[in-house]
Amino acid sequence: MFSYILKRLAVAIPTLLLLIIISFLLMRAAPGGPFTTERGLPPQVLANLEAKYGLDQPLWKQMVNYVWGIVAHFDFGPSFIYKDRTVNEIIAQGFPVTLTYGSISFLLAVTVGVTLGVVAAIRHNTWLDYLAVGVSIGAQVLPNFVMAPILVLIFTLWLRWLPGGGWEGGQWQYLVMPVIALSTSFMASIARITRSSMLEVLNSNHIRTARAKGLPERKIILRHALKPALLPVISYLGPAFVTMITGSVVVDMYFSTGGIGKAFVDSALNRDYAVMLGITILVGALTILFNLVVDILYAWIDPKIRY
Amino acid sequence: MALLEVRDLGVSFETPDGTVNAVNGVSFTLERGETLGIVGESGSGKSQLSFAIMGLLARNGRARGSVLFDGQEILNAPPKVINPIRANRIAMVFQDPMTSLNPYMRVSDQMAEVLTHHKGMSRAQAVREAIRMLDAVKIPDAANRVHLYPHEFSGGMRQRVMIAMALLCRPELLIADEPTTALDVTVQAQIMSLLAELQREFAMATILITHDLGVVAGFCRQVMVLYGGKVMEQSPTDPLFETPSHPYTRGLLRAIPRVDREGDQLESIPGSPPNMTREDRGCPFAPRCAHAGEDCLDHLAPLTEFAPGRLRACNRSLEEIA
Repeated sequence: MFSYILKRLAVAIPTLLLLIIISFLLMRAAPGGPFTTERGLPPQVLANLEAKYGLDQPLWKQMVNYVWGIVAHFDFGPSFIYKDRTVNEIIAQGFPVTLTYGSISFLLAVTVGVTLGVVAAIRHNTWLDYLAVGVSIGAQVLPNFVMAPILVLIFTLWLRWLPGGGWEGGQWQYLVMPVIALSTSFMASIARITRSSMLEVLNSNHIRTARAKGLPERKIILRHALKPALLPVISYLGPAFVTMITGSVVVDMYFSTGGIGKAFVDSALNRDYAVMLGITILVGALTILFNLVVDILYAWIDPKIRY
Repeated sequence: MALLEVRDLGVSFETPDGTVNAVNGVSFTLERGETLGIVGESGSGKSQLSFAIMGLLARNGRARGSVLFDGQEILNAPPKVINPIRANRIAMVFQDPMTSLNPYMRVSDQMAEVLTHHKGMSRAQAVREAIRMLDAVKIPDAANRVHLYPHEFSGGMRQRVMIAMALLCRPELLIADEPTTALDVTVQAQIMSLLAELQREFAMATILITHDLGVVAGFCRQVMVLYGGKVMEQSPTDPLFETPSHPYTRGLLRAIPRVDREGDQLESIPGSPPNMTREDRGCPFAPRCAHAGEDCLDHLAPLTEFAPGRLRACNRSLEEIA
């Protein structure tokens, strides 16, 4: 197991490198650049700027310098747009925000989603099941850019319970709406995956054996059915967790939370190469890490999986 | 009082294509320590019959009639009534040992939970008992292997585990649903002789469900032949083999391959089992029966005793099918 984890981490390095190269090239293939403005800068100014940020060097050299900066100094470079800020600073400021509301959203989505799915499966084809399915379909088709303004309308403008935006170090009033807006669709997906997988497990032969043992239904669900039913949920949760903790542009924009979700989209629009790459690498590294976590969880649940 | 008294048991399933009548009007009595074989082709309703007794029908299944276990009605009984009986007094061995054990739990946990639940044993005590029972079903090195997962056992060994698990509470009745169907022929013989040995040792009544008349011959004192969810013939085992009284039973017996007659074509019964969504008035075997007439399609004579202990349901007399 330990050597397996080491092996997976070793494989992560070339994977990340490949990610950097592809993103780097794709980014550069997009028209425009960080200093493109509507009116255009004087050629001399542009040349000076490009020289300052090393954009005048050949592409391969820029890439090597960039990677070397990361490897040697863990330095993701300066932002091309915000003159006095580095990518490290931007991420250090924005990531804790999205990590906070993302983790809380994740916990909420998992608890409510799994519970809803299990209850729906146990009460298959009863009003409870229909209600749970109805709610989760509703939650899934309601995009968060529609939900966010509705939340603001209800809680801020009508009820005047919650501030319409801001972060303030993550006090609870500022967390409620971002968490609801972010977690709802994940919650719905988790509920639907849990329900269908639980239904399948409940029809399996080994559950019939558990019933034939005369165990109470509660024990059958918790001891025998839940583990296998959660396997497909877990493989969904790995990537979902990364998506959630790296934030959502909709949440960051509507609630002005200042997370990296918005920074990422802004950087793409502004061709802020360094910020864009920095966040891409962060998401990539987290994705690799949590896929590994999923695989470890799998081995922990399913004894047939051994590394 | 008989240990098990099944009266007019019927099982039906609601499906999108209509109601499927899997079992119709099955009645039998089983005394303590007795052995009954229930024989039929796939789809004859024999497994559903056993699931109905244990209350294990699928969600869309309905059971009617009556099942008295030791004088107590257990058909469609609420969990409060049936759960203390399951595994404790009536235990079951299922058809497919590959999927019937929980692949995510150690054998020790799966076995121990039966005893901690029904007998109030501590876990350590229950595991010791589980090891004893694995010894009894001749699993070598049981003390260590009890801690393995099901996939670490071979098919035959897994069925031994299933059997050991079923016997933990020393049940009064064991229902074995095709316990050897999923296994190699050589392993089949081992499992059957093991079952026979344990049945005698534990003196438990046993219902053996199988499609294999050969298995029944060596194991059961009574046989019930089921076709299309109805009882065709019910008899002590020996006379059934000597003089089968029903055209279907005869077909089944002829379909057993025999090595002592060289060059013979293996016989089969032409046609296939009936579509069970149809109305169930007539004889389900009529479309495949050489002796059937028009009357057989919409009427079947009730099961009647034609010799001591022997019952048959057929519109034709014994002379007519001779």
